[in-house]
Amino acid sequence: MPIEVNGKTYETDEEGYLANLSEWTPEIGEAMAKEEGTELTDAHWEVINFLREYYEEYQIAPAVRVLTKAIGKKLGKDKGNSKYLYELFPYGPGKQACKYAGLPKPTGCV
Amino acid sequence: MADFETPELKEIPEIPKLKEGAMAHSKPYIAKAEFQEELGFPGELLDDWKEKAIEKIGDLKSRYRSVQVFLDICVKCGACTDKCHYFLGTQDPKNMPVARQDLLRKVYRRYYTFAGKFFGKLGIPEFVGAAELTKEVLDDWYSYYHQCSQCRRCSVFCPYGIDTAEISMAAREIMDSVGVGQKYCNEILGKVMKIGNNLGLPEPALADTLEGLEEEVFDDTGVPVKYPLDVKGADILLVTPSADFFAEPHVDGLIGYGKVFHEAGVSWTMSSYASEAGNFGMFIGSYETMRRAALRIRKAAKDLGVKRIVFGECGHAWRVAYSFLNTLAGPFDFLDPNYPVPQHICEFTYDLIQEGKLKFDKSENDHMTLTFHDSCNVARGSRMGSKMNGQFEIPRAVIKAVCNNYVDMPADTIKESTFCCGGGGGLLTDDLMEIRVKGALPRMEGYKTVVEDNGVTNLAAICAICKSQFTKVLPYYGFGMTDIVSVHQLVSEAIILSDAPSEEAEDSDDSSE
Repeated sequence: MPIEVNGKTYETDEEGYLANLSEWTPEIGEAMAKEEGTELTDAHWEVINFLREYYEEYQIAPAVRVLTKAIGKKLGKDKGNSKYLYELFPYGPGKQACKYAGLPKPTGCV
Repeated sequence: MADFETPELKEIPEIPKLKEGAMAHSKPYIAKAEFQEELGFPGELLDDWKEKAIEKIGDLKSRYRSVQVFLDICVKCGACTDKCHYFLGTQDPKNMPVARQDLLRKVYRRYYTFAGKFFGKLGIPEFVGAAELTKEVLDDWYSYYHQCSQCRRCSVFCPYGIDTAEISMAAREIMDSVGVGQKYCNEILGKVMKIGNNLGLPEPALADTLEGLEEEVFDDTGVPVKYPLDVKGADILLVTPSADFFAEPHVDGLIGYGKVFHEAGVSWTMSSYASEAGNFGMFIGSYETMRRAALRIRKAAKDLGVKRIVFGECGHAWRVAYSFLNTLAGPFDFLDPNYPVPQHICEFTYDLIQEGKLKFDKSENDHMTLTFHDSCNVARGSRMGSKMNGQFEIPRAVIKAVCNNYVDMPADTIKESTFCCGGGGGLLTDDLMEIRVKGALPRMEGYKTVVEDNGVTNLAAICAICKSQFTKVLPYYGFGMTDIVSVHQLVSEAIILSDAPSEEAEDSDDSSE
C-alpha cells in the first residue's frame, strides 16, 4: 500500500514502512502519523530525529536504553524512560517511531 | 486497539463452543523471494508445487521416523482437543491439535498409505480420512500451521505422545520447499546468517549499546560491571537472545547476568559473530538452517578460545542448545569437560547461590509479588541442571532466593502443563496479533487467578519471546505491560555487589555535589 504525499507516491511494505529509506522526507513522516491518527509534535520529532541520526551511523534503530538515555540527556531525566516514549508512541517507540522516521521495522523477539 | 474482540477472562476456564472457520482468515505475510532464496528455498510458489510437496512429505517421513509414526498412530481419542491455547482462545475446531495434525495427515494418507491410494483412485479418499492435495489444502496449511506455537502442551496429554510441534515444523518445511515461506521467520533467519542476530544489530551498534549499559550500571551502583564483547581468551562465552540488547524488560535481565558474572569473578564475553541465542531454524522445521545458525556459536566459541558456553534467557534457544547442540554443531571436545555443555544462566546463578557465593538483599523486590511463567520450550523441550525437573525447580529457586513474595499459578497451567504465552514458534509478529492475543487467554486466566487470590503483581519469565509477547498482550486483558519481568532482572535488583562503595561513602558523595 503506497503512500501519497504532495502528489508523489512512495512505495511501502505490507505494514506501511517506507520501502526506500533514502526517499524519506519529514512530510512523509507526518502523513504516516496522520493516517494513524497521530499529530506529530516537537516531542515526537526529538525522538524521530534521534532515530534517524542513530540509524545513519549504525544501520539499525537504537536499543531502548540507548534511546531513553539520549532523550533523557536532551530533555531531562524525567523523560528518559520508556513510559514517556510510550506516551508519545503508544504502539511502541521502536516500531511506531521507526515507521514515521522512514526506517525499517525492528524484527526479532521484540 | 484492534479489529478483533479480546476474549473474556472467565472465573473458571471453560472449554468453549466451536466456531467453525473462526480463524481461517489468519495468515502471516509471505516471505519475499530474496529471503527465501537466501535459505535455499524457491523464491515463490513453484508451478509443480503439488508434486514437489508430495515428494517432500516422502522425504520427511523417511528422514524423521517421528513424523511418520505421529502421522500413522493417532486413534482420534480426543484427549488433545481442549489442550491447545489457540483452540481455547479462538474456538476454531481446526486449532484442536488433532485437527491441525489431520491437515497434513489426510494428505499423507492419500499418497503414502495403501488405503488412501486405493480409495483415492476410486475418487472417495475421504472414506479413509484421506484427501487430495489442492490449493485450498495448501492455504489451510499456511493459515493453521501458523496458528501453532510448537509449544508441545498437547503432546503431554496425548496417550501416544504425538507431538504436534513436529507436524507443524514438517508442514512449514514442506511449504518452504515449494516456495511459500513466512516473512517474519525467514527474514530474521536471513539477518542471523548475514549479521549474526535476529535484530540485525551490527557489531558497532552492539558495542555502543553494551558501553551504554556499563555506564548505566556504574551510575546506578558505583561498580564498574563489564559487558564485554569479542574478548579472546575469556573463560565463558555468553550467547543470549539479541532482544536482551534491545528491548525491555529483556535488557534488565542482561544487566543481571553481568552482575552475576562480576560477582562470581569469572572472565566472560559475548560474541558479535554469534550474537543470537535464538534459532528460528527450529520454528521452520529446517534442519539445515538450524544447523547453519548453530554452527555460528561453535565458530565463535572456537575463535574466542573460550572454555564454557552459557546461554541467556531464551526458551527455544535452550531447547536447541540443551537437546540438539551436540549433534548439530558438536563435538564440543575443545571446551572444559568439568562444566555442562552448554549451561543455562539460571543454572550458573543457582550453583553460585548453593555455594553461598552470592549475597542478596531480598527486600529490594518487596514491592512485588512474583509468579513464574514456565516457557514451553524450556519446560517441555529440555531440562536444566543435574536433577530431574531442574527446568522447573532451578528458575523458581533463583526467584525465591532473591524475592520474599512468590506464588505459583494454578497447577494445571504450570511446569509440564504450562500454557504458552501465545507468541512462540515464530508467531511473534504484528501481522498475527489476533491469534497472539486470543492464544494468550489461558495463560492470562492463570495469571488472573493469582492476581486476584494472592495479590500477585508480576510474572517472571526466562524467554525473550514470552517477555515481548506479554508486554504486548497483557494490556489487552487489563493488566500492565510492565507486569512481565526477567528472572535476572530480579537477581539484578537484589544482588549485593561486594565491591560497591559503602552507603556512607555514597551519601557523602551526594552531599559534596
